[in-house]
Amino acid sequence: MYIIVVGAGKVGYYLAKELVEEQHEVLVIEQNPAKCADISEELGDIVMQGDGCEASTLERAGVGRCEMIIAVTGDDEDNLVVCQVARHRFQVPRTVARVNNPKNEDIFKKLGIDTTVSATSVIMAHIEQELPTHPLIPLMTLKGGGLEMVEVRVPPESFVVGKPIRDILLPHQSLISLIIDSEGHPRIPTGETVIHAGDEVVAVTMRESEGALRAALTSPKGMTSPGSV
Amino acid sequence: MKVIIMGCGRVGAELAVMLERGGHVVTVLDMDPGAFGPLGYLPDDFRGIRKVGNGIDQDVLRQSGIEQADAFVSATRGDNRNVMACQVAKHVFGVPRVVSRVFDPIREEMYRSLGLRTINPTRIQARLLKEALEKEEEPVSAGPGAQQET
Repeated sequence: MYIIVVGAGKVGYYLAKELVEEQHEVLVIEQNPAKCADISEELGDIVMQGDGCEASTLERAGVGRCEMIIAVTGDDEDNLVVCQVARHRFQVPRTVARVNNPKNEDIFKKLGIDTTVSATSVIMAHIEQELPTHPLIPLMTLKGGGLEMVEVRVPPESFVVGKPIRDILLPHQSLISLIIDSEGHPRIPTGETVIHAGDEVVAVTMRESEGALRAALTSPKGMTSPGSV
Repeated sequence: MKVIIMGCGRVGAELAVMLERGGHVVTVLDMDPGAFGPLGYLPDDFRGIRKVGNGIDQDVLRQSGIEQADAFVSATRGDNRNVMACQVAKHVFGVPRVVSRVFDPIREEMYRSLGLRTINPTRIQARLLKEALEKEEEPVSAGPGAQQET
């Protein structure tokens, strides 16, 4: 797959390296000549100097045949514009943007960026995972349809502990797709699979059912009726 | 009308003064505190609000009163900052009138086609300069007893 990476900071550098190792065709676009020199010295001739927000630069980079563009500069406005130009002017099928300020994630999604990655949000999610008050962690939003993939750690006092999945009431349009036990072993569950305290449950749910799903899996009373939110 | 102007360079400051004279309530936003100092372009008697902060930051925009604003103009040197701030103003805060300056003609065209109101100084200035060059020099009007330079 031909992938263009815009920005050769630490994130861009290691990303390009990994992608090359995975046999992808990679081109890094970077403005700073010194950073370009570093990359070509260490990773070979896979770097082009230029402004990735300029249509002419993207054209020179062969953006027309690229399947994915990943903008990982340190400036959110640049990452947004790279992805918007790639999407709207060159019809690049997949756009990925690094978001430095996590508050920008929503507007990026609203403006049609396929995937946003925020280191701050990821770290916050890990912190919240350790806090008993936030047992539900959003893992990813699936584009369109309002579906979310979430992770819930089942607390010992939960109603569902010791029960097989077929006996658990879940909100509509919610599906338990993976269970990771407290030793870290993942299992794909069946109706017979019994939930234990400390299990991490990965589920797909509608965004508006998140609260109900959390209640179903963590509260001592469980869910009283299916679909109640 | 309550207007927020992002970018207090020559254009932002000039616009701020014009709007204030026209009776509008103006807030000027700039990342650089120096833009509001003695070397900046705003006159001392400008009575509007001067705010230091980055206009692509939603918290800064909120503190600047964007939720009550009738209009938002971005006039910084950076095209990307301008179009991002305007898209935030329009799509997050629902500001009714949003105008962005965009120097790059290609980007300007694209954002206009995406529904943003844009001004492209590059094309406008080039056209004005071309027109000025092509115009016949007007003959010096020799009024009675007066020899003026044009």
